[in-house]
Amino acid sequence: MNTIDQVFVLAKRALITWAQSFLPEWSTILLSILISVTAIAVFGPVTMMYLTLLERKLVGRIQNRYGPNRVGFWGLLQPIADGVKMLTKEDIVPMNADKFAHFLAPIVIVIPALLIFSVVPFGRGMIAVDLSIGILFFLALSSTTTIWIFVAAWASRNKFSLLGGMRSVAQMISYEIPMVLSIVPVLLVVGSFSTVSIVEAQSGWNWFVFTPWGVVGFLIFFLTGVAEVNRTPFDLPEGESEIVAGFHTEYSGMKFALFYMAEFMNTFSISAIVATMYLGGWQGPWLPSWVWFFIKTYALIFVMMWFRGTFPRLRVDQLMGFAWKFLLPLALVNLLVAGIWIHLSAPKNNIVSLIILIGIFNLLYWANRPEMPKKRTYRYAYADE
Amino acid sequence: MNFFSSLATVSFYGVLVGVLATAIITVTTRNLFHAAIFLAFTLLGVALIYFFLHAEFLAGVQILLYVGAIMTLVIFAIMLTAKIGDPSIPQSNRQRLPALIGLIVLGFFLIPAILKMPWKTTADFQTTNAVQLGKALMGEFVFPFEVISLVLLVALIGAIVVSRSDQ
Repeated sequence: MNTIDQVFVLAKRALITWAQSFLPEWSTILLSILISVTAIAVFGPVTMMYLTLLERKLVGRIQNRYGPNRVGFWGLLQPIADGVKMLTKEDIVPMNADKFAHFLAPIVIVIPALLIFSVVPFGRGMIAVDLSIGILFFLALSSTTTIWIFVAAWASRNKFSLLGGMRSVAQMISYEIPMVLSIVPVLLVVGSFSTVSIVEAQSGWNWFVFTPWGVVGFLIFFLTGVAEVNRTPFDLPEGESEIVAGFHTEYSGMKFALFYMAEFMNTFSISAIVATMYLGGWQGPWLPSWVWFFIKTYALIFVMMWFRGTFPRLRVDQLMGFAWKFLLPLALVNLLVAGIWIHLSAPKNNIVSLIILIGIFNLLYWANRPEMPKKRTYRYAYADE
Repeated sequence: MNFFSSLATVSFYGVLVGVLATAIITVTTRNLFHAAIFLAFTLLGVALIYFFLHAEFLAGVQILLYVGAIMTLVIFAIMLTAKIGDPSIPQSNRQRLPALIGLIVLGFFLIPAILKMPWKTTADFQTTNAVQLGKALMGEFVFPFEVISLVLLVALIGAIVVSRSDQ
């Protein structure tokens, strides 16, 4: 059992021990770094490739069709066929485009998406670097994505691109705030930024999602996460039925593939971080730790794809209103509730915080109710009465 | 271990050179939009320097605030003033002399201040974590902290007043 749990860690150790027999001693650390980096650099793109297949299959099933099933068994070779297509496509740069920025944006946008993987704890002891600022590192890197989306939009010199870029910036800035605030309660309880200590604080069944502030924090974090990676129903920056393809309208071939790759890798990493923060990460009974991690992460990814098959896109004012009038006050109150929860003793704290949260949720729901215009009465229209 | 310390030194100086190079491009390029992109790289480089100096929290906050938030606003401002983004407009104007005088006056005060400051490099300063920072902000430095929050609140209300559409 323990061997299966630690299989990847043991494999890495065995590889290093084997290499030590013929390599000088100083190279061991380099090799250790190299193995982790290679594992992530391979894992990221492969995950992205098969997430596209999974998404097409799932949305296909939701829409009562099969999805890709021609290339390979169950369409398993479809991502590879797509990759070959993307690589061999002509790279078109618009004549009036800002060539430098147009070239730079899709390349740089992949870097934060890949770097985030380095602080994701995939299992017990399976983390590339246990940074002391783990979760802050994630927040910082995911916030840099906005610039490159906007640079891509600007550099294309296309009205649809620019509209998509503007929407993206407005959306990211608005959802960043409740996102950061929804993480703070966890930091308050754990007392550390490190993703490893956050997971270790949720050992047994003490997942944070089972506490009153945890449910609210989990929902806020997950929804803002969906918004941060531009997925339905928050996919206004690339809304294909309104603004062609948004910020990547003028991108083709490999450059487009890089945007696509960054988006899907972000989808994976945001699900992984949500699972780490609130669903106990790799904690769980019976199964090996990394199996639990992937079950939780893919469950969240499945929910995201389910969203895509179910919800229509939000309007811009609905999007902004949801972030500023609902999520932000709820996140602020949740912070206070987490403080109260820590301060009070065991049975009392759950009851008190639950009451406060239900009250504030109803208050916000009431304050945000859509204003129905009164039914008009046409006094002079019925002349014969 | 000697190999790694020298590797760290080399990469530290590499980052410094990179920061200076991107900073120089930022102020010399004629395309304002490119200048903003290089400013983003400069700020990322500064965050890397913080990482090297074991100030990880500061590095994270630097990226989150400067690269994530402020650069987005800068690029947004450039976009709203569309004509400035045109590379044919010269980036410098004819106020070089006042700028130089201002720079000399600032340097006159700033450089001696930096040199006189007794920089502590003892071990207890190298382990700054968020908990200590928070306690310092809420204890020893609570007054400047409150003043800054008040200034930000005033700026926020001011922005709302300025941008409010006329009735």
